[in-house]
Amino acid sequence: MEHQQLIPHLFRTEYRKIIAVLCKMFGLEHIAIAEDIVSETFLLAAETWGLKGLPKNPTAWLYTVSKNKALDYLRRDTLFQTKIAPELNHTDEGHPETDIDLSNQNIIDSQLQMLFAICHPSISNEAQIGLALNILCGFGAEEIADAFLTSKETIYKRLTRAKEKLRSEKIKIELPPPGDIESRLETVLSTLYLLFSEGYYSASQNTVLRKDLCIEAMRLMVMLTDHPLTCTPSGYALLSLMCFHASRFEARTNQDGEIILYEDQDTSLWDKDLIAQGVDFLNRSAGGKQVTRYHLEAAIAYWHTLKEDTHEKWENILQLYNRLLQMEYSPIAALNRTYALSKANGKEEAIVEAEKLNLDANHFYHSLLANLYEDINPEKELDHLQRAWTLARNTNDKSLLAKKISSAIGRK
Amino acid sequence: MKEFLFVFRRSVESNDPPQSPEQLQAMMKPWQDWMGSIAAQNKLSSSGNRLTNEGKVVKPNKVITDGPYVDIKEAIGGYIIVKANTLDEATSLADGCPILQVGGTVEVRMIVPMEDNN
Repeated sequence: MEHQQLIPHLFRTEYRKIIAVLCKMFGLEHIAIAEDIVSETFLLAAETWGLKGLPKNPTAWLYTVSKNKALDYLRRDTLFQTKIAPELNHTDEGHPETDIDLSNQNIIDSQLQMLFAICHPSISNEAQIGLALNILCGFGAEEIADAFLTSKETIYKRLTRAKEKLRSEKIKIELPPPGDIESRLETVLSTLYLLFSEGYYSASQNTVLRKDLCIEAMRLMVMLTDHPLTCTPSGYALLSLMCFHASRFEARTNQDGEIILYEDQDTSLWDKDLIAQGVDFLNRSAGGKQVTRYHLEAAIAYWHTLKEDTHEKWENILQLYNRLLQMEYSPIAALNRTYALSKANGKEEAIVEAEKLNLDANHFYHSLLANLYEDINPEKELDHLQRAWTLARNTNDKSLLAKKISSAIGRK
Repeated sequence: MKEFLFVFRRSVESNDPPQSPEQLQAMMKPWQDWMGSIAAQNKLSSSGNRLTNEGKVVKPNKVITDGPYVDIKEAIGGYIIVKANTLDEATSLADGCPILQVGGTVEVRMIVPMEDNN
């Protein structure tokens, strides 16, 4: 790989590792120092690798340079002498050299601790996702803005505010005490779920970036479930859910980034390995006493990996949605339950149930009703398609609905 | 939105425990479908609890009797709490409750809102 491609690649894989280790050492309140040091290291790489050629081991080069820069900084910085050094309880007096540990184990530990720090209950969800992408995944403000369909400035401000919050709340980079891990894990899991969903359901046309978001969420989930202290049945369930969803990544969009609906997907594009991994994680998730929403959602996603329309499949999905809704209501679960009902018990019954949902302002609601009225009442089908089109916001949904409207008119 | 308690009553004799997991599942399905339907309307406040047949009734003067059903043929089998705007709306949610299929009843009662408790 030429250095022009290698540096962005290494930036993605190594930036976050060095940041986590340096932040762990300096404390989250000095995150800007860590960011400066790592950025300078990559800048130096960009300048010198082109002129002098690639070092033998580029990753080791990055570690050594950032380590040296950190040590230089520590040596000359008075802030360190007066403020940080006394707080570094694990330091040998005057020899901070021994403390910059870029070993694999310390990188993983630091990243895991950083994950808990970022997913602190005092930080808003939106900020947690931004911070996770920025600090733990090495995404720049521009990429995050692209994924969230917002401006770079907005994201930059959001990140700055969130980092300020980390500082003012004096959040430490450490695993919570064993008794608190379970409750703190809830926030971590829900943030990683949101991060995954952001990639999976984002309206951004940038499919490569969206896939990256999903992969990053899964990477962090694997890190969590690999660690004995943070590995829980609900974590396995969430990871299983992610595998099942991600298995359809290649099949669910066409070359133009347009969504291909589940029933129209080419199943030969479904990733069989990811499905097998999902099944494995789902089995491991059965260890606990508790059934969480992740268990139910993973089981629903499992049934969706079987393409064949059987009564058994839809009856199982219906029952899982029944339980999920009793646990936690959401409009999308209500709509999906009604769809499963139509598949299990027929469209007439589902229409009666759908009319009770009271989701008139939701475009998916009208899409569902249009689907249910197809073949039963073409007038109503068209009416609901048009209402869905009026309510839909993003271009993907609009164009999909426009196609359905013209085909519905053609059939009349 | 107000909250309403649904109390399920059924005759004691018909309340046989299920004999097998399949039987249990067959008994549970109509309940799950009915409660899932209420939950899908975002009108389920609490999925409540089922009650077993055993019980005691404590009366004044240290009189304790076996079972909640000494004087009546019907016993309370469970309860849920739903959300609705009016008693009529809540009552219509009770439509299709599986207890009605086995000759039981649903008693619908409005819960006094917290702020009106005093």
